[in-house]
Amino acid sequence: MPTVQEMQIGDAAARIQRVAAATDELSDIEGEKMVLNMGPSHPSTHGVLRIVLELDGEIITKATPDVGYLHRGDEKIAENMTYTQFIPYTDRLDYLAPLANNVAYALAVEKLMGIEKQLPPRCQYIRVICCELARISAHLLGVGAFAMDVGAMTVFLHTFYEREKIYNLCESLTGARFTTSYTRIGGLSRDLPPGWVEQCRKFCDEVVVNFNETEKLLTRNRIFVDRTKDVGVLPKDVAIDYGITGPNLRGSGIEYDLRKAHPYLVYDQLEFDVPVGSVGDCYDRYLVRMEEMRQSVRILKQCLKKLPDGPVNIPDGKTVLPAKNKVLTSMEELIHQFILVTQGMNAPAGEIYFGAENPKGELGFYINSKGGGTPHRLKIRGPSFVNLSVLPRLLPGHMMSDVVAILGSIDFVMGECDR
Amino acid sequence: MSSLDQANKLRAQFGEILSESIEFRGEITLKLSDANRIAEVCEFAKKSLGFDYLVDISSVDNYGDDPRFTIVYELYSYGHRTHLRLKTDVGEERSELPTVTGVWKTADWHEREIYDMMGVRFGGHPDLRRILMWEGYPHFPLRKDFPLAGKPTEMPDIAFSRPAPLEGGPFVTVPGGKDTLAREPRVRIPEEDSLETNARLERRPEIKEAHIDPNHISRP
Repeated sequence: MPTVQEMQIGDAAARIQRVAAATDELSDIEGEKMVLNMGPSHPSTHGVLRIVLELDGEIITKATPDVGYLHRGDEKIAENMTYTQFIPYTDRLDYLAPLANNVAYALAVEKLMGIEKQLPPRCQYIRVICCELARISAHLLGVGAFAMDVGAMTVFLHTFYEREKIYNLCESLTGARFTTSYTRIGGLSRDLPPGWVEQCRKFCDEVVVNFNETEKLLTRNRIFVDRTKDVGVLPKDVAIDYGITGPNLRGSGIEYDLRKAHPYLVYDQLEFDVPVGSVGDCYDRYLVRMEEMRQSVRILKQCLKKLPDGPVNIPDGKTVLPAKNKVLTSMEELIHQFILVTQGMNAPAGEIYFGAENPKGELGFYINSKGGGTPHRLKIRGPSFVNLSVLPRLLPGHMMSDVVAILGSIDFVMGECDR
Repeated sequence: MSSLDQANKLRAQFGEILSESIEFRGEITLKLSDANRIAEVCEFAKKSLGFDYLVDISSVDNYGDDPRFTIVYELYSYGHRTHLRLKTDVGEERSELPTVTGVWKTADWHEREIYDMMGVRFGGHPDLRRILMWEGYPHFPLRKDFPLAGKPTEMPDIAFSRPAPLEGGPFVTVPGGKDTLAREPRVRIPEEDSLETNARLERRPEIKEAHIDPNHISRP
């Protein structure tokens, strides 16, 4: 059994070495190791993640994540429908940021079609606004739930209060609060409604107050700092080896953001910083998320200021669905609508990979097309899937109570992990 | 340093087994003719060319063609910020190629997923188990000959293939219909529908229990 002194060893690697040594001595005593099933319905697993933990006393010696409880076969479904029909399924990947998924998927298909450069400026700006609203929404939940997992209930209610405003914005923008399905291939389902820009501007001012209050509740909170500092340290080389992306990668001190490294949409015309951590522990990941939200607000304000007028769809009837009022009054649009809905657009044969910087990390789509309206193969690279694969490396050596802190700081969503 | 330069360097080393660079939408793809040497090529790409980040591994089922499967590796380098795609074919008879977990740890779960979904094995993988489907599931669902509606299994305790409670109801899509018309609930004539549903339900064993999932997706 580990003694109190052993538990006080700060370094996780040293702790597990101690435990391994102690275990060898005790190996013939029956019951020195305990196997504990955490999940799939544990409140801190945020959905349906199951982890089989092998414990020595309170210290974890082995962790085996078990995913797939939310597997719905999205990739199989995609092969059996047109590109446009798959958009609603992307809502259900990272269901905390459906708008960002919509944008990433539309951009991937547009890359295959070779039309991403033709997107009207207004469309690109609105898509950036969508992505950043989604990022704030996802991080607010991520930080709130993380804080709740380590015992700070108030923060969760606090951040949810602000998320509600984002849902209201989504509702007036797309007609749905949760399952937005806002983008179309080559454009958007609709333009911004009247008065939306003002509402969004008001939100930008209000949400910063909320960030300040959240930071006051957490950043120097003794309990929160004690539970997250030097816990779940993810060194740079490990993070790269395991393909970690998003705030978790940047928390480990690697300055890599797809919006900066390979700018898509109009990110190259916007000013923002990429925050990075120094140690790579749970606390750094929290700090990175907080700063990313502030940067998102900065991007939002620039977009709302610069937002150009003009159309939101590419004027190409063979790719983009025509406006509904035109369909019912004009012959040509009716024909285009009919062909697009029944057969889909005529994509070229070829293969592309497109990755977008989503709240959880790099959401990638690999599309293999043999031509025609449906993909031959559509592979989704869910960032949460890859981020969770580091758990067997990250958890051992920590105490049972650190598991919830680490899971909360990794901030995953099972919808895109299991797909 | 562009992707093309990196691809040329890789071809200089493995020229006899790598195809010409194919460029499409600004991305470079190299095709490896000998799947057995994929780990060796990846090792070189990482160690000598700096491709330290394996973005993704995908699998494609070219049903009806030989070789049947294509495995696609997306490589990326944080150092020179370039992307490179490697792909290689695997025949159905052998369905095996070497693992790259020794090169990048992240390949572990990607390869497990491909094994789970396509049935392609990775020789030397430390823990090649199913990952999304459950242990003991008999099919490989992403293969093109696996129907969209699924197949029944013989494992009543783990998974059941009895009709869903609302199946055959007036607003329920019929999975696995031969075309969209057959799947669409609104075009069905109710009388015909109920006859067909009754016939289908009779063929199936009687429903004795309802399964309400503790892990229902409506949980956040």
